[in-house]
Amino acid sequence: MPTISPDKAKPEYDVIIVGSGAGGGQSAFTLTLAGLKCLMLEAGRSYDVVNETPMFHAPHQAPLGGVGTPDKPFGFHDATIDGGWQVPNEPYTSAHKQPHEEFQWWRARMMGGRTNHWGRISLRNGPYDFKPHSRDGLGFDWPVSYEDVEPYYTKVEMLIGVYGTNEGLENTPDSPPGVLLPAPKGRAAELLTQKHAKKVGVPVIPIHRAVLTRPLDWKTIPQKLYPGNKWAQGIVKEAMSDRGACFWATPCGRGCNVGANYQSTTVHLPPALATGNLDIIANAHCREVTMGKDGKATGVLFIDKTTGKEVEAKGKAVILAASACETVRILLNSAGGKGIANSSGLVGKYIMDTVGARLGGQIPALENIPPHNEDGAGGSHFYAPWWLYKEQLAGKLDFARGYHIEMGGSRHMPGGANPVSDDYTRGLYGTKLKEAARRYYGSFVGFSARGDMIPNADCYCELDPQVKDKWGVPVLRFHWKWSSHELNQAVHARKTFAAMIEAMGGTVRGDTNFTGPNSIEKPGSIIHEVGGALPGADPKKSVVNGFNQTWDVKNLFLNDGAPFATNADKNPTLTIMALAWRACDYIIEQAKQGTL
Amino acid sequence: MAKQLTHLTIDGKTTDPMLSRRSAIQWVLGAVTAASLPGCTSGEPTSKVPPSQPPAGGPPDAAPIGQGQEDASRLATTRPVAGYGTDPNLVAFHKPGDIWPLTLSPAQKTAATALADVIFPKDNLGPAASEVNVPAMIDEWVSAPYPIQQADRAIILPGLDWIDIEANKRFKKPFADLADDQKTAICDDICDPIKAKKEFKTAAKFFIKFRGVAAGAYYATPPGWEAIGYVGNVALGSFDGPPEEVLKKLGVTQTVV
Repeated sequence: MPTISPDKAKPEYDVIIVGSGAGGGQSAFTLTLAGLKCLMLEAGRSYDVVNETPMFHAPHQAPLGGVGTPDKPFGFHDATIDGGWQVPNEPYTSAHKQPHEEFQWWRARMMGGRTNHWGRISLRNGPYDFKPHSRDGLGFDWPVSYEDVEPYYTKVEMLIGVYGTNEGLENTPDSPPGVLLPAPKGRAAELLTQKHAKKVGVPVIPIHRAVLTRPLDWKTIPQKLYPGNKWAQGIVKEAMSDRGACFWATPCGRGCNVGANYQSTTVHLPPALATGNLDIIANAHCREVTMGKDGKATGVLFIDKTTGKEVEAKGKAVILAASACETVRILLNSAGGKGIANSSGLVGKYIMDTVGARLGGQIPALENIPPHNEDGAGGSHFYAPWWLYKEQLAGKLDFARGYHIEMGGSRHMPGGANPVSDDYTRGLYGTKLKEAARRYYGSFVGFSARGDMIPNADCYCELDPQVKDKWGVPVLRFHWKWSSHELNQAVHARKTFAAMIEAMGGTVRGDTNFTGPNSIEKPGSIIHEVGGALPGADPKKSVVNGFNQTWDVKNLFLNDGAPFATNADKNPTLTIMALAWRACDYIIEQAKQGTL
Repeated sequence: MAKQLTHLTIDGKTTDPMLSRRSAIQWVLGAVTAASLPGCTSGEPTSKVPPSQPPAGGPPDAAPIGQGQEDASRLATTRPVAGYGTDPNLVAFHKPGDIWPLTLSPAQKTAATALADVIFPKDNLGPAASEVNVPAMIDEWVSAPYPIQQADRAIILPGLDWIDIEANKRFKKPFADLADDQKTAICDDICDPIKAKKEFKTAAKFFIKFRGVAAGAYYATPPGWEAIGYVGNVALGSFDGPPEEVLKKLGVTQTVV
């Protein structure tokens, strides 16, 4: 990815964008194609997807067979660089009192951020998800409705390419005809789950993921995205036709050097750079937003990690897309540590993760299946959207909101970790062990809940009064407390999974003590942390308006997960991109009117 | 060629082949209980939960190597062993010993090779463990500076010493030199952690730990893939889902057209 050194930066840009992931990438794409001059700052190093992605490497070619370590939590071949729940030189602290309330903060310090390794699950928030308070009296409504965001969901889906089907299910929006790419065929375990989950009322349908199951229609999509703008169409067309379709091998978490899945580095940044309107500086650790006497942002102050020197970048507007909590940290560290955009006192408040809970089982019907290729699209093909809206409305559940179910269990590439459970091969060695390994391989299934978390006042982050990072910038301290809604939801999920496993004729494995603290994954472990800059209609009770624009600083926008009013069970990335595109259209309009 | 280290610090205690030999002798006397085995996670979904979760507040320091050793001359030539770091070369083909030194003694390596081949022999399902580099991968595993691997090291090294002591006790030869039925006689006593007699309980914990590490290594290789029935990692023009015979066996139909 071409970058410039700080001394090559222009004296002033139209917009400074902090962060190069989903929100920053989308912002750069939208703004540069509208002719705005942008400078992007990325805290990590640059990254070359084509030459750094280990596409067909086998696990034995990695240290320790590729298993996860503290240096590479998702395994050696995972795309993440300088990332994880711990990042060198950048500590954070936690004020938790219970182990299940210890917030863990995942970061990736690399060009494209965590879009390089994410699961590519791309679900739209539904109408209920934007107005949850109106529906159940809990949490907050967004200042925008589904109808406001829908056109942007469609545009993002057309741009990045999302496979899936339209099923017409409640609060699980369909896309307009022709937008989604064909869903991949079901795998053995997925089809078996689909068949038997029906018995316990769980609908299993094709999932939506940002993977090209066929080449993007580069002949017509650019015209739909940029009607009448030949220049923009040409750039988008060029970028789209450069992307290859999935060839049904290698896990998406490694990244994709043919561009068959969405990552900012292959989808958003190349066309943005091709406009000639984007400069990118890597290794730029943003410290604060600089402010003018008129109460508007003048740019940002960052540390060039290659020299350790502080550098100022100037812009007519600033977009923070550094990831929800990092954006909060920059806001709180601005104005000499007094903080900006915080007249409501809500910066850092109401942070959320996704509720996670899981359970695995062994299914005799899946033993000794004739070997066949199940690599597929490098991730899930099926999932179950939340299905108990009516029961919930009738007061039959002991929690509000819902979860969707993700499933694993295919005959995926083994390596590093023992692929066969000790309890199914106890006492065996020699040919008997190898036969048992073959018999049980692919017979294990696992289900994971990804559930809505209702924002609460006990989940927040603030500047730690003592701890600073390597560059002297104060770090975040996290506070967390689950409500009974999340804990009960996790228990409900695991009981449902047990019922599904039993319906499949299988045996539940592992801990079946279904208490809340025992069932819920640690906060931050699902890596869907959002919130910290509540959006709303009232400047006294929110940080940003419906265009991600801070109430207090008119030319400051937050285009990542920070301005989330709720964290629906839908994975947040697609919504981050849709809202960022919408905010950028608003910025473009302001720029045209000269009011930026 | 990486320099061989013979000392590693584990949980604040220094071990070396001699120390592990002493531990092995203590096993025979039943005086030491090994660390409990972590749970198995096969078949779990692709959940975003790390295999080990370091505490918040800063990266865990790599365990210091060779501290407080008497052999200063060797210390002068050893370097602190770190992991591969957070930005390793992902596209290089890495071999055991490339990043951190291998540390099994020659006798331990010989015993590990022999035991790995008893557990994964050459047969109609595929090659023996030693034919696909499993012994070196085991050496890499127990030599790694990460917490999980260091905990495994504390079980596996004394176990490898024990198995030679046991072989000598029963048959007057090291394990690798035993006849097949002699190897089997020892393995049968330690292969089942529940059924193993009291005096073999600790050795049984070693066996299942060693077997797990060997299995992870064996099935990380293309011949291992063939042995277990994994088919893939090849580019395809289309993904057609399970073949008809699989759908029939499961009693399902393909629902995505």
